Amino acid sequence: MTAALTLLTGCGGVQSSLAPKGPAAAEIAHISWVMFIGAALILLLVMVLALYAVYRAPDKRVPVAANKLIIAGGVAFPAVTLTALLVYGVWSMGALRADPQPGLTIDVTGNQWWWEVQYQRDVPSAGFITANEIRIPVGVPVRLRLHSNDVIHSFWVPNLAGKMDAIPGRVNSLVIRADNAGVFRGQCAEFCGAQHARMAFFVIAQPRDEFDAWMAQQRAPSAAPTSELGRRGLEIFRDNRCMECHAVRGSDGLAIDTRRGPDLTHIASRTHLAGGTLPNSRDNLKRIIADSQGVKPGSRMPSFPDLNADELEALAAYLEGSP
Amino acid sequence: MTSPVSPSSPAPDRASHTTRLQAIWENPSGLGMLTVVNHTTVGLRFIITGFIFFLIGGILAMWIRSQLTFPGNDLLDHKTYAEAFTMHGTTMMFFFAVPIMEGIAVYLLPKMIGTRDLIYPRLSAFGYWCYLFGGILLYSSFLFDAVPDGGWFMYVPLNSAQFSAGSNVDFWLLGVTFAEISAVAAGVELIVAILKTRTSGMAINRMPLYAWYILVMAFMIVFGFPPLILASILLEIERAFGLPFYDTALGGDPLLWQHLFWIFGHPEVYIIFLPAAGLVTTMLPTFARHPIVGYNWVVMAVIATGFISFGLWVHHMFAVGIPLLSLAFFSAASMAVAIPTGIQVFCWIATLWSGRTLMTTPMLYILGFLFIFVLGGLTGVMVALVPFDWQVHDTHFVVAHLHYVLFGGMVFPMFAAFYYWLPLLSGREPSLRLSRIGFWTIFIGFNVTFLPMHLTGLWGMPRRVYTYMPELGWGPLNFISTVGGFVSAIGVAILVVDVILHFVAGKRVKPNVWNAGTLEWAVPTPVPPYNFASQPHVDDRDPLWKNPDLPREIQEGRHLLSHADVSRREILMTSITHAKPQAVVILPGNTVVPLIAAVLTSLFFIGFLAKLYWLAAIGAAASLGALLVWAWQNGSRHDPGDLDAGEHGHLPLPHKLSLTPGWWGTLFALLADGTLFISLVFAYFYLWTVSPQWPPAEYREMGLGLPLAAFAVVLLAGLAASLADVCIRAARSGWAQALYAGAAVSGVLFIVLQVLALQGSGVQAKAHAYGALIHTISGFQIVHVVIAIIMALFALLRVRHGYLHRTRPGEGKVVSLFWQYTMLQWLLGFATIHVFPLVVGGG
Repeated sequence: MTAALTLLTGCGGVQSSLAPKGPAAAEIAHISWVMFIGAALILLLVMVLALYAVYRAPDKRVPVAANKLIIAGGVAFPAVTLTALLVYGVWSMGALRADPQPGLTIDVTGNQWWWEVQYQRDVPSAGFITANEIRIPVGVPVRLRLHSNDVIHSFWVPNLAGKMDAIPGRVNSLVIRADNAGVFRGQCAEFCGAQHARMAFFVIAQPRDEFDAWMAQQRAPSAAPTSELGRRGLEIFRDNRCMECHAVRGSDGLAIDTRRGPDLTHIASRTHLAGGTLPNSRDNLKRIIADSQGVKPGSRMPSFPDLNADELEALAAYLEGSP
Repeated sequence: MTSPVSPSSPAPDRASHTTRLQAIWENPSGLGMLTVVNHTTVGLRFIITGFIFFLIGGILAMWIRSQLTFPGNDLLDHKTYAEAFTMHGTTMMFFFAVPIMEGIAVYLLPKMIGTRDLIYPRLSAFGYWCYLFGGILLYSSFLFDAVPDGGWFMYVPLNSAQFSAGSNVDFWLLGVTFAEISAVAAGVELIVAILKTRTSGMAINRMPLYAWYILVMAFMIVFGFPPLILASILLEIERAFGLPFYDTALGGDPLLWQHLFWIFGHPEVYIIFLPAAGLVTTMLPTFARHPIVGYNWVVMAVIATGFISFGLWVHHMFAVGIPLLSLAFFSAASMAVAIPTGIQVFCWIATLWSGRTLMTTPMLYILGFLFIFVLGGLTGVMVALVPFDWQVHDTHFVVAHLHYVLFGGMVFPMFAAFYYWLPLLSGREPSLRLSRIGFWTIFIGFNVTFLPMHLTGLWGMPRRVYTYMPELGWGPLNFISTVGGFVSAIGVAILVVDVILHFVAGKRVKPNVWNAGTLEWAVPTPVPPYNFASQPHVDDRDPLWKNPDLPREIQEGRHLLSHADVSRREILMTSITHAKPQAVVILPGNTVVPLIAAVLTSLFFIGFLAKLYWLAAIGAAASLGALLVWAWQNGSRHDPGDLDAGEHGHLPLPHKLSLTPGWWGTLFALLADGTLFISLVFAYFYLWTVSPQWPPAEYREMGLGLPLAAFAVVLLAGLAASLADVCIRAARSGWAQALYAGAAVSGVLFIVLQVLALQGSGVQAKAHAYGALIHTISGFQIVHVVIAIIMALFALLRVRHGYLHRTRPGEGKVVSLFWQYTMLQWLLGFATIHVFPLVVGGG
């Protein structure tokens, strides 16, 4: 039994609703197990009754009062169990949706096919924008305000909580909390077009001090490139009009508030690239720039096949902010 | 007169009687097959076409499974994958499940209720052609590289013009809507057939449970399909002409689509499941060799399911951010629907328990159905629990759940039904060995595919992803599912081979091979197009068990409608509750008009698709013309004497009754029509409630003068049409003609006034959803008034020719019914768009 449980919850634990890492997911996982076991017993009961009725010789069968069987099995039993389940469900739904005083509010906006993550939107001076990565402090309830820029998406981190849709013209809210430090994968759950499959993100829960340090670092604009390579990268960035879609907050005079593509400020600090498609490394960054349509076909980002290896290296170096 | 049968003397010359019946009812061969209207043939066409779509949908399923076999597989690209799952879902729901269930009903139902054909044979044929052409239209998208790829649920804004500019979505909207005409037509026809054409003595509490199931299903179609048809029309108008309904920037709301889609979509599941459960309820007592236990329980359960299923739609929307109170309500309703299902399951078990079961291939499929369906029902209860649904919604858990419910709940009973009724069709029996191999292959393959898929979903795999990464750990489970998928495909292939082989190599069987109790087994094999040489009088739920001699009596013409001078297709029309004979209905024979009407209707859809709106207009006008020709041919033009109905003496032709078959059909078609209009009004009030800035301030000032005048005029017109009907009865045809002319003129005046009112108000149709809806609601009414005017003129001509007359008043009643509906509709429409904003909007 234990082995089976480990198998069930363990193997698929990367993004599994059965491996809860926060109170909301834990609550749902608990009720899931109750229902799985209950359902298995009911199925067994129904099939045993049916097979008994079919295969037991009529003269050896327990005589049945048909009406009683129908009332007991078809009306009374489901009415009682369903009422209990419903009461429990409504109660736990209320508990899960209760909006505790959040320690932090983050605005998450779905885009085809990436997530924009905005911290402290209400305090513009302290706010900043990142993409496909949501860092939260451990043990703190965090309220996510969910928006959409284009079509309907659905925000889902199974280890932490159930899903909630991001719908254009509306703002939905979801509270998540992580019990311990860790990295939790999530992905879009509502079909949203070509690269719905590659619209993942990561929630990274960190101890408070690490989280604060990360906030401070993200808030700061990226430094102007100092190396020859970096300066060249910036030139390439300009020449290829990258800033029409991507912002890089910095002292480089390119502060265009365009949000058609992910904000690339401090991209080096992120664990993955292109909505969880590739782990973050310089090689992968270059690969995405050169061959975006190969890595993520149908995405809004065009491939730049004409950039040669040196140019790609320079561009990547600039973006990563390496000196 | 519902006395038990006292067989009268046989018809004078039995052999010549059936020969004449055969001559009158026979299907032509060659090209003439295009004119066939007989329910047995049309039903088989539905079934075969539906099965072909099932195989096509199955091939698409194999594409899907193949792509997901391994993480990072690149067999299909994202576009092909999206096309595959969109077309798989669309095909299975709209072109397989609903039509084949209707086809089985079209084939079986008249036989089960002891009649010779469905009441509107031309409508059956028209429905079939619409279905076929709709399917061809949808699949022609492959030729234009414009295959729908936005999901079978077509959510907006993903499928709005902004994010899906090609014709892909239009192929879906037009193809599916075309096919839905057929679903609604069959729904209306089945309702009237069940209520009005059951054979003599088959009182409503005595009719086969299958008829109850189909009756509820048909009502659900009539109320359930219009919301989707409306949603599709609105989306097509938005895409083609730019009237906003779903665009938040212009006062619309994407959730309006979801509400309308699922108000259809959830009843749809029961529209598929109920007829299948009806098949089980028909077959199971035969093999238990015991009448169904709890007939009344089943009837109540089926009706309850029908009602409750319209209160569940939001459980497809638990994650869109709806207030907790509504979530609790819809969660409760979703669980409550398990109770009538539980009742049916226990009625089946109690029946088995009370009888002595004969294990046969159909029975094997029924047991397989029970296991799979109960499991699917249990996971259904799970997803009705809101917090659990927040986790598994839109994951492979739900994919597994819905396949357990639909494949288990519908395909297994369908296969059982194939094996059960094939001997009636062919007089032969399929191979016992091959059919069992087929069953076990399908059963095992199915469970291997979908049982692990629950876990795939719980482990976090969303639906509709064309690829996934190896580190997510979903690879092995997906591999197992793919293997299972191909095993079940092999099983289906075995079944197909078995069925085909049995036609040539099957063992010949005696009539009523299973010793069933229902009337369809009184029909000889091969099935004659008239089913019954005489329509039996019935006084028991299982007539063949009560009187095993019944088939012979029927064949010898010892029951109703066995008079010798038969020269037309005749069936009995009976009263709703007691099935007391009221009239002899004369059915039309084979005709090419339904095919022509469907071809012309397809011109309309093709024109729309190609954005050749002139072609669409020609198509609409021409198909209307074809329908008028159709209507003109209708009805008796002189007064033959009452018809000899056999032992019940003489019965009138229905044209003498005021409530003709046409009236009943119009009534139920108007129910569907009214639901369409109420859906439109729902859209108006829904947006009023949820959309900010509604209505836009500058729009509130709309004068009431012109709209009030228009309203008064439409009331006058309706009154005139109703009075005309009274005058016909009073033999005042001059007055009747004048009143019809008056109604038509007032109708035209209404259109003019309403158009002036809209123009005068300055409300733009394209600027805001408010204006778009006001124009659409008015347009909807104008279309009705145009049809009503045509009907009035039509009736005027009929009166002038003396066809519509004191002794044949039926058509007048139909025309006044339509006018009264149009009046009522505008009462609601006028109050909604002209009065309501004045009362509420000013505040």
